[in-house]
Order: sequence, then structure tokens, then C-alpha cells
Amino acid sequence: MVPDAIVLSDATTADGYLLVLAIIFPVIGILLTLAFGGRYVERIALVLLLAGLVVAIAIFAAVLRDDQSLVYIVGNWKPPLGIALRADGVSAAMMLTIAVIICAIGLYARGEFGQSQATVPTRASYAFWVLLLAIWSGLNAMAVGADLFNLYVALELLTFAAVPLVCLKGYEETIKAALRYMLFALLGSVLYLLGIALIYGAYGTLDIALLSDRVRPEPIAWIAAALMTAGLLAKTALFPLHLWLPPAHAGAPPPGSAVLSALVVKGSFILIVRLWFDAMPGLLSFAAAQLLAALGAGAILFGSVLALRQARLKLLIAYSTIAQIGYLFFIFPLASGDSASTPWSSIAWTGGWLQLFSHAFAKAAMFMAAGLIAEAVGHDQIADLRGIGRALPVTIFAFGLAGLSLMGVPPSGGFVAKWMLLSATVMEGQWWWAVVMLVGGLLAGGYVFMVLGKALSSTTPPVLRVSIPRHSEVLVLAVALCAVLLGLVPLQPSEFLTIGRPDIHTTALQ
Amino acid sequence: MTSGVLLGYCGAVLVGLGLFGLVTNPEILRKILAFNVLGNGVFLLFGVIARRGAAAGLGADPVPQALVITGIVVAFSATAMAVGLLVRLNKVSGQTIMTSDDPTNSGK
Amino acid sequence: MTYDLAFDISLAGLLLAIALWTIVARAIFPAIVLFMVYGLLLGIVWVRLSAVDVALTEAAIGGGVTSMLLLGAAARLQGKNVASEQLGLPGRLAAALLCIFVTAGLAYAVFLRPEVAATLAPMAKENLAESGLGNPVAGVLFVYRALDTLLEKVVLLLALVGVWSLAKDEMWGGIPGLRVYAQPSGILVYLAQVLPPIGIMVGIYMFWAGANYPGGAFQGGTVLAAMWLLVMMARLQDVPATSAPWVRLCLVVGPVAFLAIGLSGFVFAGSFLGYPEGHAKPLIIIAEATLTLSIGVTLALLVAGPPERMPQR
Repeated sequence: MVPDAIVLSDATTADGYLLVLAIIFPVIGILLTLAFGGRYVERIALVLLLAGLVVAIAIFAAVLRDDQSLVYIVGNWKPPLGIALRADGVSAAMMLTIAVIICAIGLYARGEFGQSQATVPTRASYAFWVLLLAIWSGLNAMAVGADLFNLYVALELLTFAAVPLVCLKGYEETIKAALRYMLFALLGSVLYLLGIALIYGAYGTLDIALLSDRVRPEPIAWIAAALMTAGLLAKTALFPLHLWLPPAHAGAPPPGSAVLSALVVKGSFILIVRLWFDAMPGLLSFAAAQLLAALGAGAILFGSVLALRQARLKLLIAYSTIAQIGYLFFIFPLASGDSASTPWSSIAWTGGWLQLFSHAFAKAAMFMAAGLIAEAVGHDQIADLRGIGRALPVTIFAFGLAGLSLMGVPPSGGFVAKWMLLSATVMEGQWWWAVVMLVGGLLAGGYVFMVLGKALSSTTPPVLRVSIPRHSEVLVLAVALCAVLLGLVPLQPSEFLTIGRPDIHTTALQ
Repeated sequence: MTSGVLLGYCGAVLVGLGLFGLVTNPEILRKILAFNVLGNGVFLLFGVIARRGAAAGLGADPVPQALVITGIVVAFSATAMAVGLLVRLNKVSGQTIMTSDDPTNSGK
Repeated sequence: MTYDLAFDISLAGLLLAIALWTIVARAIFPAIVLFMVYGLLLGIVWVRLSAVDVALTEAAIGGGVTSMLLLGAAARLQGKNVASEQLGLPGRLAAALLCIFVTAGLAYAVFLRPEVAATLAPMAKENLAESGLGNPVAGVLFVYRALDTLLEKVVLLLALVGVWSLAKDEMWGGIPGLRVYAQPSGILVYLAQVLPPIGIMVGIYMFWAGANYPGGAFQGGTVLAAMWLLVMMARLQDVPATSAPWVRLCLVVGPVAFLAIGLSGFVFAGSFLGYPEGHAKPLIIIAEATLTLSIGVTLALLVAGPPERMPQR
């Protein structure tokens, strides 16, 4: 069945300028810091972090109030010739999550990369703040982009900011990890670009809303979709293209690992969803959806089992990221099924996005906690972390809360998300994914308790090399609490996440 | 067969060649070289689409041309960053190939 | 078979042969030289596709600066790793199969031509007069899809910051380790004395002409970058420290001017990156001029690499 055309408003809405600001504020920060020779980089970054948070809140409030997407037509040139920016409910929620996490990471990073006076900064601190701002700009551009090539440039911005973050510490392993990440990312970008070429050649536009009208389930669309998805899967580190992630995320400095695992890998995931649900809705056949979810299932099982075998805390958390990303891909078969009238009114849609948001908070908290632990005892070997719960109680408590979300135990956003996905499997009759989710939850429990067990064992606490400031621990706890707070969301399809979505129906071709 | 279609097939083969080089060659600099060949193949496909879109007195559709110009600049930045990483890695460890070592063995 | 087709067939054949040779060549130096030839040949191919702006960009960036970057890297790499890590035969066969599959898919996509080619050329052309430009590609880059160009400039700068961050901590803000060759009577010095005045003129002309004819900020900026690199490599000018204020200023003046013009569009044209009536062309020229300078400095510094020594006090 050919879906009806998406009819979205094609004109700039009243608060649409906020979308531009969300992308531009971090860019202004980067240019200012370069111009001032890096002298005030931390202050400029913190000011702009605050400004960006205000913009994200304003966008969320505007979408909530108006009950429709924010749209901005750049330069007053409408698509297909020009570029549009669109923020629907999902984008607004995504941008708010990104803003809160990046602000938290910014505050957390003041410990490692702060400058005491306005002196010329060191290499690492200067690079960190510029890269953080660039990542934020790229993420925002990905959340509101409505043009496939604009999204490609945003994706490259994200990649070029993430790769130097991996090798910021300069050790040999981190440089190797960064290079491997770069090569995978390059392959991903070029495959994505290839898909764009085919789509433009066939349909004459790259605007997502216009494409939803023009794309038909024909061979050229299939080839383009396959290429683009393959490229984006490489960037999202979905099994089996996940090889680059563990050393990269484990090798980055702690605030870098937090932003990489919590947010950067999700950027390309948003794009995959936009591609299949928005740009080419008629293409999401049963087979394609099952394939994507099967890879996700592989990621859950593979990542969780490997996490159990890790000796280093940061590597364990990185493998956990690989596993948790797998859950996100259940959105494809479960939301596009028959039980709901539109994909976004299904409970799986809400569950999938909630999984993304709660994982973002939980993983950020975990990496930040791991960073505090590593700073305190000078290493991150799990076996030698006995009794650290006594020395850093707040941090371990935060780690535990984050772990609840990963396991899917109440109260936590992760529990609600996984519960929603489980009920969707029942409604769709695709019980095999439920089995995978339950096994994944058990395995996650395994590796979380591996760490907590050591930490809470009642031996004498290890001597801390440096004392950890109380406010850093409280910050980590605050982020972990956000993951828990998401558990207060009602157990039904979210109204907010359907704002701005059209009333089309995609039939999963059986 | 017009020149556009011929060059399109040429682009397709370039993509295949570049992909092969990127995946199989263990030397990192050769991988970067292959990535560039691959990228140029993709741009060539864009170019064929641009040529096909000749209309209104223009020899080729300007939109894909602009996309390719942007793409060439981005590909150059990517090459520069990859080369920088490679040279630094070589200075630190003396290697020039991508080894598939077990990440669990790496130290701090 | 017409002459056109014969020319295209030989061009395509040569291109494929050189690309194949580049991938399978044994030593790295010939591979890079072949890649340079490949880039220049591609420039000719682009002219055959009536995309002269792209031809200029490809020849300058693809055939020129990229090859320079790769040659510099090849010269700096030490340590011969034995090819013991070569992917085994089954692996290579699997990869070859995958690549053949991809190529076949793409060739099929090329073969499938829609009845009426979807194109934005008419729309681009008819709106061009509004902005006063004569070059439709410049119109797409700076008027219709200006956001892409702005973000791309940020990507370039970010790549530079990323490359700089690879320096050792002590060398931060120092002088990039561009290989310089100081042979006073050598051919390099001769070229570095003779070419830059011509090159700078060509670069500025390319940017200026880009408003109405093929050319533009990226192409002109690349030529300027190449001239500066030539002068630095022949030791006629010192490589500047990355913390030098004038370097930082040149790097940001382009994006700042472009961003400022874009933000002023909020006030004067009702939209970000919109241009007020009748003032589009001068504003675009200002943006392109500053961007040419910034792009030139950025590209040259990207080739120069991360800082490797501190300036002598």
C-alpha cells in the first residue's frame, strides 16, 4: 500500500529561529575561542553551554505549547531548492536530553580540563572544550535537520569532533583506537553519501518530507536505503560493525567517554530512524525490520557476554554500550507492526526513544562515576576495586542507579522503556525479541553486580590517591537520578513524542 | 550509450575498487588512499546525475555540483585528520599497519 | 562511434587503469604519484560532465593538496612493517565479492534511468537573477544551501583543531612540522620565487570570477594555500606558530564574516542566511572574499600538520 503523502507545514513557524540558535550558539563558541587564542575557552564554553540549555528548554516548551513541530526555512528558500529545519516532539525531547547531559559533562569536566586563570590553556583543555561545543552543534543539527545532505555535513561535524576526543590523552592505544574509529567512520560517511547520490538521482530532492511523498518501493530506493543504513550502522557501532567502539570509548578521557557513549553514537541512530520512518516510509518491510532487529539482538547478546569478561571498568561500560544500543533497534519491527494505526502511536515508539534517553543519562553517569573512581585510585581494574563503596559512597550509589536503568529494574527509565518494548512484542506477536530482551537484562545484571559486588564488599576501603570533591560526586548522582526520573513516565504511548508526526500508516509487508 | 552513462559505470567500478582497497589493504596510508578513490567514485556518480539533469540552458544540474564541492572539501579534511593520526601513531609506536589487537590487552 | 564517445571511452579506461594501479601498486610512493595523476584526470572528466566548478575544485584539492598531504605522510612514516598482517585469501575473496556486489548494484542503479530526469536546474536558474549572481553553482553554495557551506567551513576548522590536538603537550601553540627544503639554488626555490605572484593572482581571480563564471572561494582559496605552502617549503618564509595571533585571525575571519552576514539576515531579510533585496551580490562577494582567505590559511595549515617544535624566543 502506498502511504499517503506527509503534509507538513512548509513555512517558518513563530519560534523556528530557536532551531537556528541551537546549531549556531556552539559554533559561535568555537569561533570566539579560536579568535581569542584560547585564553577564555572554559568560560566561553560554559556560558554557551548555559545559553544552549536555555534554547533547548525553550524549544521543548514551544513544541509542547504549540502541539506542532517547529519549522525554519533557511534563507527563505523552500525545499527542494533550499534547506528546512524541523523539530518535532522527538527532536525536542532529544535536544533537551542532549543539552542536560552536555551541561552536566561540562561541569564535570571542569575538574580535569578547567583553567584556574585566564592563561593560555593546555592542549588538552583547549581541545576538549572546542570539541565538546562542536559535538553539541553537530548533535543539534542532526536532531533538527530535515535535508539528507545537511544531515551528512552534521554527521561529519560530529565525527571530526568525536575522533580527536578519543586520543586526547595521547597514549598509543588511544591513537590506535582513534584511527580505527576514523576509518570506520569514513567508510560509513562515504556509503551514506553514495545513498544520497542515488536518491537525488531518482527523486530530485533531499528534503525528508518531500521524499516521503516521492519515494516508491522500487529497486533504486532499496539500494540507496541499504547503502545508507550500512554506513550509518558502522557509525552507530551496531553488531557486527562494533569493533571500533570499546577501545575508543574506553580510551577517551572520562568526560569524553561519557559524551561519546551517551550521545554521539545516538546521533547516527536518529538518522536511521528518520530514514526508514520519515523519508522512505513505504520501504520498511517485515524482512528489513526483522534484519535490523536481529542485528540488534546480536549486539545485546554479544555485547553483554563480552562485558562480563572484561577486567577493566571502562571497557566493561563500553561493551555495555554496544549491548544497550541493540535494544534501540527493536523499534523497527515493533513500531511498524499492525497493532497501532501509525508507528508513532504504538507503545514501541515511546519505548524505543525512552530507552535512548534513559541509556544516555545512565551511561553518562556510569562513565563519569568510572572517571571519578579511576582518578581516586589511579587505575580501573575491577578486581582491585574492593571496598571502594566505602570511600566513594555517593559515586557507587550513582553507579548502582545507572545500572538499574541498564538492567531494566524499577524504578528507572530503563525499566519503563524495556517494559514498553516487551509489551509491544506481545502485542505484535514477535515473542522472540522478548526472549532476547530478558536474557539481555539478566546479563546486564551480571556485569553490573560484578562491579557493585566488588565495590560494596566489606573489606577495608583502598587508600584514595586524591580526594574527590563532593560536588563532582553529587553531579554524577544528579545525572543518574535523571535516568531514574524517566521511570516516572506513564506506561502508555507518549503524546509528546507524536507531536509533528503525520497520520500515515505503514503496513509491514508480511 | 552516452558519455554520462559510461562515466557512471566508471564511477561504479571506482567505488568497488576503492572499497576493496579500504577493506583489504593492511597499510593505513593505502587505506586512506583507497578511501579517496572511493570518495571520488561517489562524486563521479553525483556528476553523472548532474549531467543527466541538464536543463534550462545549463550544462548540468548545479545542486549536485555544489554537493560534490562540499564533499571534496570534507573528504580532504577527513584525509588530513586521518593522516595526522597515522603520522602520530607511527611516531609513537613505529607501526604503519592496522593491527587487529585485542582491546582487552591494552593498558591504561 | 563519434569522437566524443571515443574520447570518453579512452578517458574512462585510463581512469580505471590508473585507479586499479593505485590500489594494487606495491610501493607507496608510486601509488601516491598515480593518485595525483588520477586526480588531474578526474578534473578533465568533470569538464566532460559540464561541471567546471567541480573540475577546478577536484584538480586543486583532489589532485593537488591531497596528494601533497599524502606524500608528506609517506615521507614521514618510518618502520617497514612486513606484510604479515595481509588479509588471508578467503578474506580477500569475501571482500572482492562484496565489492563486486556493490559495483553491480550501482551499475544497475546507473542503468535505471527515470523517464524524466529529476533536476533542480530550472528552479536554480530562474531564482538566480534575484541574487545577482551569474554562476548557478555559486548560487547553490551561497544562497540556496548556504547553511551547508557554513557548516562545512566549521567542519574544516574543526579538522584543523583536531589535527593540532595531536601535538605533544609541550608543543602546543608551536610551529607545525612542515618539511622544508633549504637548497638556495635548487629548482624548488626558483619555482617558489616565480610561481607565487602568478598563483596569487590566479587565486584571487578565481574567487572574483566565481560569482559569474566557474570558480569561487574554495577553488581560489586552494590555489592561495598551495602558493603559501610552496613558499614555506622553499624556506622563503618561516612556517608560523599556530598560536600566532594573525594566523588565528585569518582562520576565523571567513566563518565569522559569513556567520555575521547570516545573522544579519534575521534582521534585514527576515531569515537566517537570507539576503536583503538588491544587496545579495555585494554581501556574497564579501563573504567569499573573507572565506577565500580563511580557506587558504586553513588548507595550508592542514597540510602543515600538528605543531612539532616551539618558536625560538
